[in-house]
Amino acid sequence: MGNYTELLRLLAYLVGIIAFAALNAAYLVWLERKEAAHIQRRIGPKEVGPYGLLQPLADGIKLMTKQLIVPAGADVILFKVAPLLILAPAIASFVTIPFSETLVARNINLGLLMIFAFASLNVMGVLIGGWGSNNKYAVISAARAVSQNVAYEIPMLITAITMVMVAGTMNLNEIVMQQPNIFKWYIFRFTASPLMPVAFLIFFICSLAETNRAPFDMAEAESELVAGAYTEYSGMGFGVFFMGEYANVVIGCSLATILFLGGWQSPFGVPADAHWSLFLFKPGILWFLIKLYLLCFTVIWVRWTYPRTQFYGLLNLSWKYLIPISLFNLLLTGAMLKVFQS
Amino acid sequence: MSHLAQTQTQETFVLNLGPQHPATHGVLRVKLVMDGEYIVHAEPVLGYIHRMHEKMGENRTWAQFMPNTGRLDYLSALSYNFGYAAAVERAAGITVPERAEYIRVITTELNRISSHLLWFGAFVLDLGGFTPLLYAFDDREQILDLLESVTGSRLTYCYFRFGGVYNDIDDNFVPGSLAFIKRLRARMPMYHDLVTKNIILMKRLIGIGPISAEMCRRYGATGPVLRGSGVQFDVRKNEPYSVYPEFNFDIPVYHECDSMARYMVRMDEIEQSMRIIEQACNKLPEGPIMAEKAPKIIKPAPGDYYFSVEAARGSFGVRIVSDGTNTPYRLKLRSPTFSNLSLFAEASQGMLLADALALMGSLDLVIPEIDR
Amino acid sequence: MSGYFNDLFSGTKSLAVGMGITLKYFFEPVVTLQYPHETLKMTPRFRGHIDLVKDEETGESKCIVCGMCQKACPSGCITVEGEKKEGAKKKTLSSYTLDFTKCSLCGLCVENCKPEAITFSKDYNLAGPSREAYVFDLVKRMKERCSP
Ligand code: SF4
Ligand code: SF4
Repeated sequence: MGNYTELLRLLAYLVGIIAFAALNAAYLVWLERKEAAHIQRRIGPKEVGPYGLLQPLADGIKLMTKQLIVPAGADVILFKVAPLLILAPAIASFVTIPFSETLVARNINLGLLMIFAFASLNVMGVLIGGWGSNNKYAVISAARAVSQNVAYEIPMLITAITMVMVAGTMNLNEIVMQQPNIFKWYIFRFTASPLMPVAFLIFFICSLAETNRAPFDMAEAESELVAGAYTEYSGMGFGVFFMGEYANVVIGCSLATILFLGGWQSPFGVPADAHWSLFLFKPGILWFLIKLYLLCFTVIWVRWTYPRTQFYGLLNLSWKYLIPISLFNLLLTGAMLKVFQS
Repeated sequence: MSHLAQTQTQETFVLNLGPQHPATHGVLRVKLVMDGEYIVHAEPVLGYIHRMHEKMGENRTWAQFMPNTGRLDYLSALSYNFGYAAAVERAAGITVPERAEYIRVITTELNRISSHLLWFGAFVLDLGGFTPLLYAFDDREQILDLLESVTGSRLTYCYFRFGGVYNDIDDNFVPGSLAFIKRLRARMPMYHDLVTKNIILMKRLIGIGPISAEMCRRYGATGPVLRGSGVQFDVRKNEPYSVYPEFNFDIPVYHECDSMARYMVRMDEIEQSMRIIEQACNKLPEGPIMAEKAPKIIKPAPGDYYFSVEAARGSFGVRIVSDGTNTPYRLKLRSPTFSNLSLFAEASQGMLLADALALMGSLDLVIPEIDR
Repeated sequence: MSGYFNDLFSGTKSLAVGMGITLKYFFEPVVTLQYPHETLKMTPRFRGHIDLVKDEETGESKCIVCGMCQKACPSGCITVEGEKKEGAKKKTLSSYTLDFTKCSLCGLCVENCKPEAITFSKDYNLAGPSREAYVFDLVKRMKERCSP
C-alpha cells in the first residue's frame, strides 16, 4: 500500500515537473519578447489574447504543425536525439529543486551534485545536434559550445564547492533552511566570506554561459553562424531545443536562488509571534517563484543590453578573472571557516 | 599566421558566407576558406544584385537617370543625387542658386546622419547587440519624417534636379531640423554609454581588423575607412563643392587603424553633420530654388566631366562623357564601398570568423551600391 | 597589477551603466505605432502612385493629352490615349494607364505636366494578388474617387 502512494506521488510530481518546465519555457519566451520589446520601446506580442498572453500557444501550434526536415547527409539518429538530450536532463534536474519546504519531488542528499551532473549533459545536445546536421555553421557552433564548456564550468564548480563548504551539505533543501531571512542569505553572509556577492555574480555569469545565453551565445551567434547548431532544425525539433534552453535558464536561476538568495524562505524571516496568514512572513513557493522570475528577468535583461562576447573574450574573462577570483574566494572561505569555527 | 594551415596537407574547408546570411546585410557572398575558425582566404563574390545602372544611364535622358542614383546606396541616397546632379550641372554649365545649395547641404547631411545611425545599429547587431539598433531607428525615424515632408519619399529619394531641387522646404523643416539636432545631441551620450564604452564592445573592436593607410591607398578606400586609418581626406574639405566652404566643421580622424577607429569616425561625423546643419539652417538665404536659366532639355557640350562628393561611405564620383545629345554617351559611377570591400580579402586573412565579421561591419557595406 | 583591477572595475562599471540605460528605457512609454489599428496621415508631399486630377468645372480630367508625362517617365509606365471628339478642338483623354510595378516614384511625370493634371496620391496601403492588379486605370480611379 505504501509503495503505491509513493509511486502515485512520483507520477504526480513527474507530470507536474514536465508541465512546469513546458509552461515555463512557453511563458519565458513570452516574457522575453515582451521585455525585449519594452526595453526597445515597442509593445511586443499583443494580438493573441490579452497582452499577447496566448502567443506562446499560437507559437506552439505553429511549431508543431510544421514539417520536420532532416537535411540530406545528416546523421538521422543523432539529429533527432539531440533536442531531447537538451530537454531531458533539464527536466530531470527539476526533481531535486525544492519549491517549498515540502514541495520537492525527491529530496536527494547529493542534489547539488546531481544538477551539475545533468547540466554537463547540456553541451552534448548542442554537440550532437551540430555534428549530426551536416552543416558547416552547425559544426563550428558545436565546436564553440564544447570549448565554451571548458571555460565556464571550472569557476562555476569552484563557486559551488565554496557554497558547499559554507553550508556543509549538498542537500538543496537543507541549504535553503540555513537562510531563514535576508541577513542570513548566503549572498550577504559576510562572516563566511566578504566576497559572497562576488561569488554570486560569478555564479550568475557562469550560468549565463552554461545556458548559452547572451552575451555568451557564441554557439548560437545569429549574426555569425546563422543559428549555430540549430540552423537545420525546423518545427518541433527546434521547439524542443528552445524548451530545453529555457528549462536550463530556469534551472540555473533556481540554483542561484537556492544557493544565494534563500530559496523559498521569506526575506523577512519568521518572527516568533508570526501570524501565519501574513503572506510576507510566510515562507513558501511564492517567494521561490518571485526570486526565480526576478533572476529570469535579469537574464533576459542582460541579453537585450549587451553585444556578444568574442570567443577569446570569454576565455580571458574566465581564466583571468573568474577562476582566480573564485579560487581566492574558496581559500578565503576555508580560512574564515577555520578561524570562526575553532 | 603560423598556426594556420599553410600547406595542402592540412585540412581546410570552404564556408559560404552569403548570399543569404544575416551578417552580409544583403546579397553579398563571401567565399571563405577556413581552417577551423580562422580565415585562410576570403573572396567576395559580387553580382547578385547587379542592375546595370551604368548601362541604363546610356539609354535614358540625363534627367531620367536621376531616380537610379537614389537606388545605388539606398541609405544615403541624397549624396548620390547630389553627385549626379552636380556632375551634370558642371557639364551643362548650370549654376545653382544659393538657397538650393543650402537645402541640398542640409538634406544631404541629414541623410548622412540617418545613414550613420542605421549603420551604427546594424553594426552593433552584427556584434550581437540588438537593442541599440532600435534606439537608432527611433532617432532615424525623425530624420525620415523630416525628409519625407520635404522630398516626398523616405528612402530612395529623387529630390535634386539639374539647377536646384524639386520643391522648396516647408515651414516646419528648419525648426524641425533644429529640434531634431537638439534631441540627438541629448541622445548621443546615451549611445556612448550603452555601446561605445561597453567593455564587451571595446574588447571586440579595439585592435581588431587593422587596415593601414597604405592598404587603403592601394585599394582606393575612402570615407570613414580611410579616416579611421589616420588619413585626413574628405571631399568636402579637400575638393570643396557646393557651399561647404562656408561652414565650420572638422574632419574626424583616428590613427588606430582598427575597427574601433572606424566606429569612432562615424560617431564623430554624426556630430559634425549636426554642426553643419545647424549653421546652414541659421544662414539659410531666401531666393529661388531652381536656376532660372536651367534648360528644360539638357544637352551638355561634348566632353568628359567628373564630379565627386563625399557620400556617407566615402567619395562617390560620377564621370560622364557627353556627345552633345540628350543621353549620356558613357556614365561611370565610382562607388566607395566597392573599393572598401575589395580590401576585405586581404585584411581578413588569418582572422577569426567573428572578428572578420566585425571588420566587415566596420566597413559599412551597402551591397546595391557595390554591385550597381 | 593595477591595470588588472582597473580593467575589472571600469569594465564592470560600463556593464552596470548599460544595464541602467536599458532599465530606464524599459519603464519609458513605447514609441511605436500599432499599425493596423492606428495609422499615420501622410504628409502633403508624400509621393504615392500618381492619380489624375479632376477639373472642378467640367468634371473631367484636366489632362490635355500632350503626352509629356509619358515621355518623361524613365520607366515607361505611363500610357496616355486620347481621342478627338466630334466638333471638339482639343483631344480629350480616353485612357490613362499606369503600370505601378515599374514606377520609381521619381516625380518626373508630375513635374512635366503643364496643366497639373496629375498628382501623387496618398495611398500606401497597397496589396494585390497579382501583377496585373498594379496596372491602374487612372480614369476609372478618378471617377471612383469622385463618386462616393
Ligand atoms: S513617378 Fe516617375 S516612374 Fe512613376 S510614373 Fe511618374 S515619371 Fe514614371
Ligand atoms: S503631361 Fe499632363 S496633360 Fe500631358 S498627357 Fe500627361 S497628364 Fe495629360
